[in-house]
Amino acid sequence: MAAAGPSVFLLMVNGQVESAQFPEYDDLYCKYCFVYGQDWAPTAGLEEGISQITSKSQDVRQALVWNFPIDVTFKSTNPYGWPQIVLSVYGPDVFGNDVVRGYGAVHLPFSPGRHKRTIPMFVPESTSKLQKFTSWFMGRRPEYTDPKVVAQGEGREVTRVRSQGFVTLLFNVVTKDMRKLGYDTGPSDTQGVSGPSPPPGLPL
Amino acid sequence: MNPKEEKVKIITEEFDENDEDTGVGSQKKTSKMARQKRKKRLPAAGPEEMVSENPHLGNQPEPLQEDSDTRPLSMTTRRGPRSLPPIPSASRTGFAEFSMRERMREKLQAARSKAESTLLQEIPTPRPRRLQSPGEKELETEFGAEPGEEAQKTQQEDDSQSRSRVKFRDSVRKIKTKPPVPPGFPSAEEAYNFFTFNFDPEPEESEEKPKAKNRDGTTQEEEEGEEEEPPVQGIHKTDEQLLISATEAEAFLWGLDHAAADFVAVRPADYESAHVRLQMEKELLFVPSRLTVPTYKKLPENVQPRYLEDEGLYIGTRPDVPRTCQNIMENRLLTQEPGRRWFGDDGRIVALPNPIKPFPSRPPVLTQEQDFRAELETLYKKAVKYVHRSQHMIGSGDSPGNFQLDIDISGLIFTHHPCFSREHVLAAKLAQLYDQYLARHQRNKAKFLTDKLQALRNAVQTGLNPAKTHKSLDTTQKTINEYKSEIRQTRKLRDAEQEKDRMLLKTIIKVWKEMKSLREFQRFTNTPLKLVLRKEKVDQKADEEAYEAEIQAEISELLEEHMEEHEQKMEAYRAAYQQWKAWKKAQRAKKKKKKQAVEEHPEEEMGEPYPEEDLVKPVPPEPTDRALMEHQVRERAARSRRRPGEPLLVPELSLAGSVTPNEQCPRVEVLRREDVKRRSIYLKVIFNDKEVSRTDSRPLGADFRVHFGQIFNLQIFNWPESLTLQVYETVGHSGTTLLAEVFLPIPETTIVTGRAPIEEVEFSSNQHVTLDHEGVGSGMPFSFEADGSNQLILMTSGKVSNSVAWAIGENGIPLIPPLSQQNIGFRSALKRADAISSIGTSGLTDLKKLAKWAAESKLDPNDPNNAPLMQLISVATSGESYVPDFFRLEQLQQEFNFVSDEELNRSKRFRLLCLRSQEVPEFRNYKQIPAYDREIMEKVFQDYEKRLRDRNVIETKDHIDPHRAMVAKYLQQVRESVINRFLIAKHHFLLSDLIVEEEVPNISILGLSLFKLAEQKRPLRPRRKGRKKVTAQNLSDGDIKVLVNIIRAYDIPVRKPTASKFQQPSRSSRTFSEKHAASPTTHSPTHSADYPLGQVLVRPFVEVSFQRTICHTTTAEGPNPSWNEELELPFRAPNGDYSTSSLQSVKDDVFINIFDEVLYDVLEDDRERGSGIHTRIERHWLGCVKIPFSTIYFQAKIDGTFKIDIPPVLLGYSKERSMIIERGFDSVRSLSEGSYITLFITMEPQLVPGESVREKFDSQEDEKLLQATEKFQAECALKFPHRQCLTTVTDISGKTVFITRYLKPLNPPQELLEACPNNPQATAELVARYVSLIPFLPDTVSFAGICDLWSTSDQFLDLLAGDEEEHAVLLCNYFLSLGKKAWLVMGSAIPEGPTAYVLTREQSHYLIWNPCSGHFYGQFDTFCPLKSVGCLIGPDNIWFNIQRHDSPLRINFDVTKPKLWKSFFSRNLLYPGLSSVQPEELIYQRTDKAAAAELQDRIEKILKEKIMDWRPRHLTRWNRYCTSALRHFLPLLERSRGEDVEDDHRGELLKQLGDYRFSGFPLHMPYSELKPLIEAVYSTGVHNIDVPNVEFALAVYIHPYPKNVLSVWIYVASLIRNR
Repeated sequence: MAAAGPSVFLLMVNGQVESAQFPEYDDLYCKYCFVYGQDWAPTAGLEEGISQITSKSQDVRQALVWNFPIDVTFKSTNPYGWPQIVLSVYGPDVFGNDVVRGYGAVHLPFSPGRHKRTIPMFVPESTSKLQKFTSWFMGRRPEYTDPKVVAQGEGREVTRVRSQGFVTLLFNVVTKDMRKLGYDTGPSDTQGVSGPSPPPGLPL
Repeated sequence: MNPKEEKVKIITEEFDENDEDTGVGSQKKTSKMARQKRKKRLPAAGPEEMVSENPHLGNQPEPLQEDSDTRPLSMTTRRGPRSLPPIPSASRTGFAEFSMRERMREKLQAARSKAESTLLQEIPTPRPRRLQSPGEKELETEFGAEPGEEAQKTQQEDDSQSRSRVKFRDSVRKIKTKPPVPPGFPSAEEAYNFFTFNFDPEPEESEEKPKAKNRDGTTQEEEEGEEEEPPVQGIHKTDEQLLISATEAEAFLWGLDHAAADFVAVRPADYESAHVRLQMEKELLFVPSRLTVPTYKKLPENVQPRYLEDEGLYIGTRPDVPRTCQNIMENRLLTQEPGRRWFGDDGRIVALPNPIKPFPSRPPVLTQEQDFRAELETLYKKAVKYVHRSQHMIGSGDSPGNFQLDIDISGLIFTHHPCFSREHVLAAKLAQLYDQYLARHQRNKAKFLTDKLQALRNAVQTGLNPAKTHKSLDTTQKTINEYKSEIRQTRKLRDAEQEKDRMLLKTIIKVWKEMKSLREFQRFTNTPLKLVLRKEKVDQKADEEAYEAEIQAEISELLEEHMEEHEQKMEAYRAAYQQWKAWKKAQRAKKKKKKQAVEEHPEEEMGEPYPEEDLVKPVPPEPTDRALMEHQVRERAARSRRRPGEPLLVPELSLAGSVTPNEQCPRVEVLRREDVKRRSIYLKVIFNDKEVSRTDSRPLGADFRVHFGQIFNLQIFNWPESLTLQVYETVGHSGTTLLAEVFLPIPETTIVTGRAPIEEVEFSSNQHVTLDHEGVGSGMPFSFEADGSNQLILMTSGKVSNSVAWAIGENGIPLIPPLSQQNIGFRSALKRADAISSIGTSGLTDLKKLAKWAAESKLDPNDPNNAPLMQLISVATSGESYVPDFFRLEQLQQEFNFVSDEELNRSKRFRLLCLRSQEVPEFRNYKQIPAYDREIMEKVFQDYEKRLRDRNVIETKDHIDPHRAMVAKYLQQVRESVINRFLIAKHHFLLSDLIVEEEVPNISILGLSLFKLAEQKRPLRPRRKGRKKVTAQNLSDGDIKVLVNIIRAYDIPVRKPTASKFQQPSRSSRTFSEKHAASPTTHSPTHSADYPLGQVLVRPFVEVSFQRTICHTTTAEGPNPSWNEELELPFRAPNGDYSTSSLQSVKDDVFINIFDEVLYDVLEDDRERGSGIHTRIERHWLGCVKIPFSTIYFQAKIDGTFKIDIPPVLLGYSKERSMIIERGFDSVRSLSEGSYITLFITMEPQLVPGESVREKFDSQEDEKLLQATEKFQAECALKFPHRQCLTTVTDISGKTVFITRYLKPLNPPQELLEACPNNPQATAELVARYVSLIPFLPDTVSFAGICDLWSTSDQFLDLLAGDEEEHAVLLCNYFLSLGKKAWLVMGSAIPEGPTAYVLTREQSHYLIWNPCSGHFYGQFDTFCPLKSVGCLIGPDNIWFNIQRHDSPLRINFDVTKPKLWKSFFSRNLLYPGLSSVQPEELIYQRTDKAAAAELQDRIEKILKEKIMDWRPRHLTRWNRYCTSALRHFLPLLERSRGEDVEDDHRGELLKQLGDYRFSGFPLHMPYSELKPLIEAVYSTGVHNIDVPNVEFALAVYIHPYPKNVLSVWIYVASLIRNR
């Protein structure tokens, strides 16, 4: 069947939510999910995940490392609605309530290969100072009704957000049949993308 | 020369010149040392020198000399002695010679030391010379390295060289003559060659010498130091040359003499000297020369170098490579790669432009050693406005930088100044006239025109000669005519010019005379002006001839001209004359006639005088008089032309005159001169309206000239927009005055410093100055005449001579801001160079224009600054894209089009994608649109296309009833329009849609939560937590489930003891329950006895069906069963679309059916009873509850006790009230009839219901009323936020209407009123029934996502569909017309949720009517579905419930009590008497009975087919007998409205169908569509009986009510024949 012209292309993404930089917060965990268009369907792997809680490293970097794997495969007939990964980071506040520390989204890379993405994260702001105080006090910060909101543009104008930190993601992307369907995303030479290959004849 | 030969020669030299080694060698050594020193400085130069110099011995002295020169002299002196004494034994030279050389050396030494000592005394630092020396040296060595050809060139030039050569040749000749040349030795010629070569470089050296000297001469000190040296050197040199040549000659001789001895002689070790080795290396190694390669070598033959830069092309900056390296490279390339492709047209190596950026992109590293903390420190810098941005830019690649404008202000001359004396005025005038004269003279237009005239005349002459022309006569004539007219023109012009010239000359002379007289008059002179008139003699005769010839030519031409004119005039005259003649004739004839007429009617003539005037007799034109003409011509010639023989006057103005000194002047003049001296002038330079600089203040000269001579270098950043000079005058120490402003033009980009001409810019001032001395003042009238006539008014004016030019940078590039920086507004100077200024900004979009401009201005295509423009132009001019003549918006749109429109339409895939993105309902949620067209089925579009096609076609097939079909269509259209209208509103988001945020708690909640914090935790007592709501967009099939919790039921009908009243039951088929029930009491005497207590009367179970999924509970027992079971039904949204709007429009209902499970013993034989049980389970439908999904969706949960819809006739069942007494509920239950079921329905997960549209609709209500409604609602919401309060609603056209306008007494159908005229209660019930028969269609379904729309009653009746509000309004209006007190109750009920009921007040009590079912309840009925009351609405007021409770059981409906009911209209706001939106009267049409009958038949047929379809595996038999019996019953049921017929009915049935066991029931529904009927039949499950011999009966009856309201009865029954 593959020989006789594919009708779908496949996008396989694995990688990980590597680490985060949240200068002010500690003990965070993250959730991820995917938002994709109508022509897309996941065929394998997990569409959602929730990570362990990680604490800051003790060195100067103060990185929060999750190394939380992502492994998902989509099939699609149309690049419209290319999947986006939506990340939301949570952690305890001073009172121990779990509050959201950041939302962020990024499209999965188009081209095959290894990609590193650093996503800036943000949280919605309270509507007033009083709200801010009470939400801080009660530990019920404003949240998006659905984290997937951050992957869409509609209706965002009513919100105000504040930047929080960064999350670094690593993707290894493999596509299948994209070019057969007429979508050329990768570099002209898709082989040997990462690094030079060792010279032949070298004992390994 | 053959290298081998050379080598041999050198060896011999070594031999022969051993003696010299002592002297020369030592010198060589020193030179070598010096060279080594130099080598360190110039390592590259070293080897070359070695190679080139060493072999040439004759060369030695010169470089040596130079060396010793350049070295500090003390060193030489020190070394001198060491080199002096030669080793005598080794020497074969004669002593005499030696001593002679020695002497020479000593002399030299002495001179040197002397020179050095003087040098040392005079120059403390000889450094500078030393520094110069290497360069000098290089030059020499380079020359030394030059191959012979160049030397040959120089040979001939130099005399001294040739002299020496002659000498040498002589000596050689001498040698030659004597000895024969032994073999192996160089031949004489070779020797000659060798030596001539040796000597070649010498002339170069001698050439170099004077050069060096000259250079020395520039520094005086050195010259002095060296003064003595050159002669000494000269002597030494010549001596030494002689010496060497002599010795060499001798050496030859000796060498030849001792040849034999030498062969045997023991030689010193075979030492290969350095230069020999180098020589050898030279064969192997190629060392390219460092000399400049002449251009002709680098270019192909006969090609002149071409310098692109001079041609104005941009070539970019070449990378900076040292000259030497370039030379080396060029030499190498020439030698190694003979092809010339490395060289460009200009003879230079082809090179790319310098890739190095002029400015480092990396921020400069701070060189200072600083504390790193200081470096990290943040500095605050105020934001600087970047000026570049404000300019119009095209190219982005402009290198930033400073540009420089040089303004040279050389001076200023006043053409008038207040301090001018009269003489000055005249002088200025004279000067001006003279200038004019000079200018005219230079142009000499008169001469030009004369020549032209001459040429034209010649042309006419030749043209007239027909022999010479080949053209046809016509054209010749034509051209001649043209020439002639041109001659005329030219002559006129020439005459004017000549006259002007003459006038000017006259004026000059006149002014000069005036001036002279003035000088005489005032007895002093102020100006040095002097006019000299030079007379130029002319040849009188020739001149006269020319003059005469000219006049004659002119006359003849004029004559010709006049002749022509005369001809024309004559022609005109003739014509006129003819006319006149004719007229005359006519006149005469008329007169005759008239005379006759007069005679006949004498009075008539008086009455009509002829209106036409007499034509004047034309005068023939006079012929031209030649004499007169000649006179005219001569007169004019005399006026404008120099008389023949008159000398040419050439005025010359000079400043040779002398100015009278002050002492001899009168006092006023002295005063004037002093005044002039006190004045000084300066200029301010104003750039872009900012003063940037000013000149020094310079005094005004007596000649009113001010010399500044200052150059201002303006480092500019912006494109200059204006450049102004302001002239200021200072008088003494008083203030300065601004005399005038001078506007300077901005120079063109081609004008750079050095090339800019000095220009004079005039200025003038309007100041008025009166002076009390000789000065004439300014702006004041004065006169030269004594009587004061002929007054003149002069204004201060003058000229500034200046030049403005762009500076040239270090690398010769003009520092001009790039073109792109130039402002659009500035057009004058750079019109040609700047695209924007020349064609305007709009032109930039017009590619054609731009290309044209580029072609005209000859843009340099290589210049990177022009790159974007060139690209654009190349696109524009290439054939592919043409420039359309028309204007279009978004002209580039086509480029961005993905595919052409046709392709877009043709492709099924694109079409699908388009439709999906347009949210067309059919495709809104289409998933995975295939990648190829071929994978898309054509039928995908079928529905959509059909819908489009059918939009206006009424399809009756589905609807059976044409009217309903129309209504359905109409509804559909209304729905679509409303949906379109609110589509935008759907995309509006509120903060709460996106963000979950806790509300700000008020103090009580805060306190509570604080208290909660302190509360101790009770883990064992869990709290109910609200479920999280899910926004229904990312759900998929199977995610949503409907949970139905069936708790219990009351008052289920029980089986009637069959056959108790009738015949004996058959033996074998007793009901199982009977059997079962009987079995424990086998001893009971008969079956026909009354059921004993505790016997199972009914075994009900509940079956829930939703979207054709069926679940059922276990079977419970008894009429009041308790199941307490949860059933889970999956939910599937239409088209898989889980969006809110889609969910809202789900029309599916949840059917909750209650069945009785009956077991029949089918055992054929009683004998087998012991060994096996054969029973058949039958289920009998008892009733159902129908809950629309939309209700569940909006309510989120439904919790309560519902009345079970039980058919009016349920054969075999009855309500056994007597049996339930013991339950203790009788007091309550007795009040109501019917069975009830307690349910809890919800969805998992909980879905967020769609919001109603938050849009304010426009309204025709009074603004005050609207405000009042808002206020009222706000007040109510504050007190009881959960109670429904309605004041305004939206009508079907989307306008806000006050609610009371809907209530108005409206007449019910007359037919209903007539039914039971005496019983008002019955009438009311009948009316309620009528209303309930109008089909129910929730608004939320029809208008998904949109709030309630209220239609008026007539609309409602026309549409025959509506929800609670419409029903309630209609019912209320009917009640009002019946004379009842009725209100609309807004509240919430189960299962509907917020709804509208009708409240009526009977004599003593209130009744609550459910308008949708037609049922009514007493106020205190516990099973009343209305659970809370929000407000009451009457025709003239609204009352809001402000009582503590809202349950109808617990409230008081007395609206007159203001403490219990808050009224909208009160004393504060009186009821304004609002008109109703309802019609005056409802008009009812009688329904067509025939149509109803037809529909009835069709429905029956369809249902029968459906039942057969539902039983695919079984045969479906229809019992016609039974069917007709049933059909007979149905009208009875309708008449009695399903009440109190059961017993009769059953009796009758049994009578007719005695042999059959019968189970069946009539269904009663309002008719809207066919589908609900089918659903209802299906849900009863009648078809599920699979007893083999079952028969069915189905009857349909439609009772038509007015206005097409149809009541449908369906009687379904299954029959099993008893055997």
